[in-house]
Parts: sequence; C-alpha cells; structure tokens
Amino acid sequence: MRYAMAIDTKKCVGCGDCVVACQTENNVPHGYCRDWIVENVSGTYPSLDLEFRSERCNHCDNAPCVRCCPTGASHKAEGGIVLVTHDKCIGCGACIQSCPYDARYPHPEGYVDKCTFCIHRVEKGQNPACVDVCPTHCLHFGDLDDPNSDVSLALKDRKWKVLAPEAGTKPQLYYLI
Amino acid sequence: MKTRRDFLRISTVGVGATALGLNAFGKGKFKWFDPEADEPVSDEDLTPYATYCEVCFWKCAGWAYVDKAGRIRKVVGNSDDPHSNGRLCPRGTGGVGMYYDEDRLKTPLIRETKSDGSQYFRKASWDEALDLVAKKMKEVKENYGPEAFGLFNHGNPGAHLEHLLRAYGSESNAEPAFANCRGPRSSAYFSTFGAYIGSPENTDIRDTECLVLIGSHIGENMHNSQVQEMSAAIDNGATIITVDPRFSTAAGHSTHWLPIKPSTDIALLLAWIHVLIYEELYNKKFVDKYTFGFDQLKEHVKNMTPEWAYGITDIEPAMIRETARAMAGAAPAVVVHPGRHTVWYGDDTQRERAMAILTALLGAWGKRGSLYLPEAVSVPKFPQPGYPEPEWTWKDLNEGKFPLATMGITTELLKASIPRLGYKHQVKAWLVGGTNLPLAMPDKKLFKEAADSVEFIAVMDTMPMEVTGYADVVLPEATYLERYDFIRAAQNRVPNIALRMPAAKPKYESKPGWWIAKQIGERLGLHDFYNYDDFSEVIDWQLKQLGTSLEEMKKIGVKSFPRKSGPLYLGENEDFTFNTNTGKVELYSVDFSDHGFDPIPVYKKHPEPPQNFYRLIYGRAPMHTFSRTSNNHNLWDLMSENSVWVNPKVADLWGLKRGQKVWLKNQDDAVTSFPVAVRVTERIRWDSVYMVHGFGHSDKKLSRAFGRGASDEEMITNVMVDPVMGGTGMRGNFITFLKEKPASVEKEDKA
Repeated sequence: MRYAMAIDTKKCVGCGDCVVACQTENNVPHGYCRDWIVENVSGTYPSLDLEFRSERCNHCDNAPCVRCCPTGASHKAEGGIVLVTHDKCIGCGACIQSCPYDARYPHPEGYVDKCTFCIHRVEKGQNPACVDVCPTHCLHFGDLDDPNSDVSLALKDRKWKVLAPEAGTKPQLYYLI
Repeated sequence: MKTRRDFLRISTVGVGATALGLNAFGKGKFKWFDPEADEPVSDEDLTPYATYCEVCFWKCAGWAYVDKAGRIRKVVGNSDDPHSNGRLCPRGTGGVGMYYDEDRLKTPLIRETKSDGSQYFRKASWDEALDLVAKKMKEVKENYGPEAFGLFNHGNPGAHLEHLLRAYGSESNAEPAFANCRGPRSSAYFSTFGAYIGSPENTDIRDTECLVLIGSHIGENMHNSQVQEMSAAIDNGATIITVDPRFSTAAGHSTHWLPIKPSTDIALLLAWIHVLIYEELYNKKFVDKYTFGFDQLKEHVKNMTPEWAYGITDIEPAMIRETARAMAGAAPAVVVHPGRHTVWYGDDTQRERAMAILTALLGAWGKRGSLYLPEAVSVPKFPQPGYPEPEWTWKDLNEGKFPLATMGITTELLKASIPRLGYKHQVKAWLVGGTNLPLAMPDKKLFKEAADSVEFIAVMDTMPMEVTGYADVVLPEATYLERYDFIRAAQNRVPNIALRMPAAKPKYESKPGWWIAKQIGERLGLHDFYNYDDFSEVIDWQLKQLGTSLEEMKKIGVKSFPRKSGPLYLGENEDFTFNTNTGKVELYSVDFSDHGFDPIPVYKKHPEPPQNFYRLIYGRAPMHTFSRTSNNHNLWDLMSENSVWVNPKVADLWGLKRGQKVWLKNQDDAVTSFPVAVRVTERIRWDSVYMVHGFGHSDKKLSRAFGRGASDEEMITNVMVDPVMGGTGMRGNFITFLKEKPASVEKEDKA
C-alpha cells in the first residue's frame, strides 16, 4: 500500500479552501498551517501562464525528516504516511531544517507538526479533509498500488511533475500539468 | 533559508511565487482555534446540525459539526445540496470564524452625548434598545408617515427587517445588491428575454461546450456550484473564453484570454455579433422562431467589423473572429455568463443587453449547456394579515428617472435622506441590516451627509462594522450558526429547500434577527404579523404545507421536489411565449425604445486615465466576501490585507518595489485612509491597477482587520449613473501613487 496525492493544476483556483478545512479538521492553531497555496506567474503581459499549487508534506519515500530525527518521533506509518509522535518529539527542529518542502512547523505546544494525510479519516475509509472540501475537485487521494484508486486514475493518461525531484526524496505528491 | 511562513517573500519553487496560508507566525501570541481540544475528532463523535451558509449569499447548505462539549468544530457541505454538492468554499469552511470572532457585537449599544458634546456608545439592555427603536419608529410615523422610515437590507437579516417595515407601513427599502451590483443584468435580461437571471444563475456551465466570461472572475468570485461547474467544464474540454484586462484566475484556465482595454466591452460584443450575422454563423432557427428585431440589429452592426473593434478594444481582428466562430461551433451549448457585479461604466444595462443579444443569436437559451429553465419551490406564506399599502415607496424616490429599475436604488434612498436635495418624498430614519454601507457603496461623502441628516439610525449586525459607528442604536445579531432563519428556496435545476437551524446558543447577548424584528414589531402593536413565539413554528408550518416537517428537515437539511414547470430545456421547435412586449426575445428592445434609450446597444467612448493616473479595477478574492469577512480569523489567516496590483512597467516608472506601502489618490484628490502594499505583477495591464474589494477597515473594534489594506470604495468618488435603472458605475475612477504619508491622513490620525 502506498498513499499518495495528485493535484490538478489545470483546475486549482488557489482559493485556500484546503487550508481552512485542514485548520478546522485538525485544530491547527491560528497563524500556522499544514497546507498552503503557491501561485506561479510566468511570462510577460499578455503572454502569461498561471499555476496554482496546493502544497503540503510530500510523505516522501526517502524522507530526510525521518532519517534525521534523533528520537524516532518522525516515523513512517502504514502506507508510507510520515507522522510525528507528539510525545516523543523534543521540538529540536532538525526535521524542519531537513525538509526541502518546508512542510513542518513548530507547534506552540512544543512539538513539530505537519500534514498527516488526515490519517484519522483515512483509517475510517474517508479522504483527507482537504480532498473532500475542494470545490474544483483538483485533489485526488488514495493507494498507488490500487489501479482503481482515485489517485491512480487521476495519474493515468496525464502528465505530472513532482516538486524538487533533485532532492532525491521521492515525494508522493504528484502535480498534474 | 527561505520559508513559506515568510509572507510574500516566499519562492519555494519557480519565479514570482507568492504564498497564502500564514500571516501571524512569529507574533509571539497565539490564538487558538479551540484551546481545549487540539486533537482531531472523528465525525461519528460529532453531532451535525443543518444550516445554510451566510458568509456569502450563495447560501450553500451544510452541516455544523458540534462536539460533546457543545463546541462547533467545523462546517461541512451537505452532499444533497445543489449549491454546494457537499463541498463548501473557503468562506463556508471558515464560517466557524464568524461564530468564534471575539470582536463580535456583544450587547445592544445606545449612542449617548456627554455634557461637552462628545458622543459614546453605552451598553444597554435589550429592553432599552428595543424600546428606543420602537419609540423612534412611532415618532417618525406620527410626524412624517411610516414611509419616511427607510431600510438598507441584504440577505436574511435584512429580510426580517423588511417584514417589520412592511408591516409598519413602509416600502422605502433598497439593497446594494441591486443598484451597486446586479441591477443592470436584471433589467437587461428582463427586457430581452422577459426573465431575470436570478441567483444562483441559471447557467448550465456543467454541460456547456463554450463558456464566455466578460469580466467575470469565477474562481476568485467563489460562488460555489459555479466554480465546481467550471472545473467540470475544464474536465469536459469546453472552450473557455475570458475577456478581462487582468489575467484573472479564470483567464489562467481559459482557452482564449482577450486582454481587453477597459471600458470597451460593448465594442467587442458588437463585433462578435457582426461576425455571427455577416458570416451567417448565428442560429437561424432560433432567431426566426423566437426573436424580434433581427433586421434592425443586422443593419445596426453592419460596420462594426472586428477591424473597427480592434482600434477600440486592442483585441486583434483574427482573435475576435476565432472566438466568435468557436462560440458558433459550440452553439447552442454556450454560456455567455451574464456576470453578477455589473455596475462598471454607467452604460452597463446596454452592455448586458449586448450579452443577452449575443446569447440569443447563438440560440443559447433554454438548451443544454446554455441557460437552463430554472425553478424554485414556492414556500407558502405563514398566515398573516396583508401589509398596509404605503402612500409612496422606493419607486417614488426615483422621481420619474430610471424607469427600468426593478428594486430600490440605494443612492436615491441616500439622496432622499438629505433635505438640501429637495426630494419630494423625504426619508428621516433608517434601519440597516446585513450591509456595511460605508464599505459597500461609492461616494463616501454622499453617505456621510445622508447619515448626518437623518434623525435616527438603528443597525443590526454581528460585527462592529463601520456602519455601526453611525448608529444611534446597535442591535447585536446572532450569527447564522446560532439561529433559525427563512427556508432557503432559491432557483435551481431541481427545485429544493434548505433549513438553517441553530447549532449553538447565541454567544454573548446576541439574538437572532427574527427575534429582534419581532420584539420591535410587538412594541409597535404589530402582533398579528408576529403570531408565534419562536420562528421555528413558522418554518414547521411552512414545511408541513410542503409535505415535510421541521423534524425531517433537521435530519436531511436539504430536500428536492419534482419540477412543476416542465422540462429543464426547451423542446425542439417548441412554441414559447417570452414575457416581453412582443412575446419574443427582443434583439430590438421595445421597452428601451419607449423610454428613449438606445433600443440596440451602441458603443460609447469612456474617459481614459489622465497622465500618471491608472484606472482602478476591483474585484474579489476567493477567501473573502466584501468587507464582512476581513476580521474572520480563519479567513484572515489566508488573506489579511489587500494589495494594489501594478504592472512591472508601471512599477519601474514609479520606482515601486514589491511590498512597498503606498497611499492612493484619485482624480478628485480623495486619498486612502491607509497605505496598501504594492504587488508588482504581469497579471494587470499597464493602464490599470487592481485591488480586492473589502479591505481598509477603519473601525478599531475590528482588531485584526483595522487598517489592513486600503478601501477601494474610498477611491470611487466618480459614479457614472446608468440612466436605465440607476446603477452606480464605479470603474471610471483613476488613481495615482503617493509614496509618503499625505498630510490629510496625518491630520485625520491626530483628530
């Protein structure tokens, strides 16, 4: 089993709904976020291109945050989801430095926090909150090993890219382009 | 290391990237969304309460999830609801922030004057506040007649006050949603097709093959099901044509973007019409059977070639032809989106007419993928006496002008409130509900003079919006998550209703709008109009007439009904009488001709920015609704202030840097109260700037929103009034940049 997400940049409007839904679902304190929007503009008026990306933890196969964690708080759960055990985390921040996607933040309670792919929902067969809220249906989640999962179907017949492939982290967020 | 938490300086991957998501990092003081429960809770441990959203007026139905401690944890869309399809937009998802906002109005307030003449708000009891409103209403009725009590309203809160005023004997009401927003569209489509567009718009975007957006910025304008349907259209491979001087989000997702010179849309529309007619691409069957005035139209656009339009619009003739042919190729499955905020240049009803004519030539009406035939549930009226007949109404305030206005005109209501202007019928007092007039209306001076002139103002709101600062009595309303309200019965493909019920008790001393209106009504002896103890009785009675009940609706939230008006689309060659003068779709408008307006739209040149000035274009951001959400903590986290978009060429000319704060000054020397950050971006033309509307709050009680960004309304002093229906055209204002704090602002700060 390999959980992954595909994000359709042809449909995303950058509204930030995924960010708010994550905030309310996971009680992310105000002023922090586990997911966010990046807007890329290229070209010169009027020959322009625009890309919105909903970004979050890439739940990398080769996760530098897990390798560098001195206490084992950062770990891999079933399906490759990268998680932080709050009790084990000493808040040293090594993982924050190691992440090429800047996906982690220091929670005011003293531990490091990040996207969990809403594991509490996924365990019950639901999608992550961001996926279920997106008004443009641009987020697709599921098991890459299952050819009929939403994410596998979304990746079929579409071009995609990953972010910072040169970092060698084998990220599991796929951006449909 | 660069970080996404460094707002506006982020550049994770690629060039020119900006990030939304975080503003407050590093402030040292944390405000918790919910301090007592930081772990996520499973849905089965939460209780859902049916609601429909009021963060905007699309009214998406959803569920407010409440935990065992009675805290509202989240709001999620109702999957049976055609407005949301189970997915709320960021504002709806962030609706909890409206409920939890610690800056909410907490108690009734009454304006008092000290012995030295200075004024302040005193906390008051509900009895005191309601008694005072009732007393003033009685006084106005005795002294001037009930018609002199005016109402500015919007949404459900406004509708409760409207019922109160109608029962009291006044129909002197106006809402910004007409003259400051949708009015031109209503009047134009009614004159052309004999039907309004309505809300949600009856645009069949889901099944369209070609979507044409004239300045509409779906995706930034986050009307939920429309955004969802545009996404479906992208999946379906529909051609999307966007006309906008700004590279909007929609433009970024379009097949063709036409970067038009602002104020020239009518010329483009006429050229498109020219191509359709003279290349014989129009839908002849539809035109022959259903329309009136084709020959006049053909003659009218004879010389309006793409080459003619090129000189006006900056859009190349080949592109005009290509897009016209794309529309014709997709016809009748074309949606020429009628837009929503349509008050731009004062000839807006004519522009909307041109869009309606284009629609008719494509036969894109009543067909799959065009404009479908909507239907709404007719909710039976709760048994109550008829309203008394006022001696005059909002219509009389227009004094014979604006013959095709279908609703009250806000600016006329303001003008009638100023004795100096000598209106025949004068307005002496106001109720305001659900609208923040100072940030919703142009011409601040007019508003201020009117507010100073009236004898009494009572404002009902949930937040200390600027308009509450003008009130004599402030009535704190409970948020939509804490109250029963009218049954939602908006038009759609399938007629449906939605319930709004409280998910929690009203916080502080706030009360539901229906309760506030009823209490005033009872004090005025209008019990017959309030013959119930709780509004849920009204809803239950109405639901039972519809064959359901409050009990059932609490469980399902949304209920659909079979259509009674016939199919969603017009049949092949079906006979159909349009509700117009001729019974046909009027390409040539008899109404317009009768009232002395151009019966077929004519392009007229509009003033252009003087040297060193730039046209102000404004619009929306997907996470905010006008000025009403700027203080909502969840949404403030996403976007805490607006910026002024400036083309890099212009920025170079002025030496403006990204993020630099500037004050804006317009052609009439009006200056923004607050500075606004420059956003240097290729997404805007060099002759224009762009701002998101709704920022620059001046009420210090809005602890997050105060002074963040600048108000576009402060720059809108030149209002071009549409003679057809009184719309307030607001895009003829030009701004320039002030790099230093201007003396006038300095002076106001000290005062």
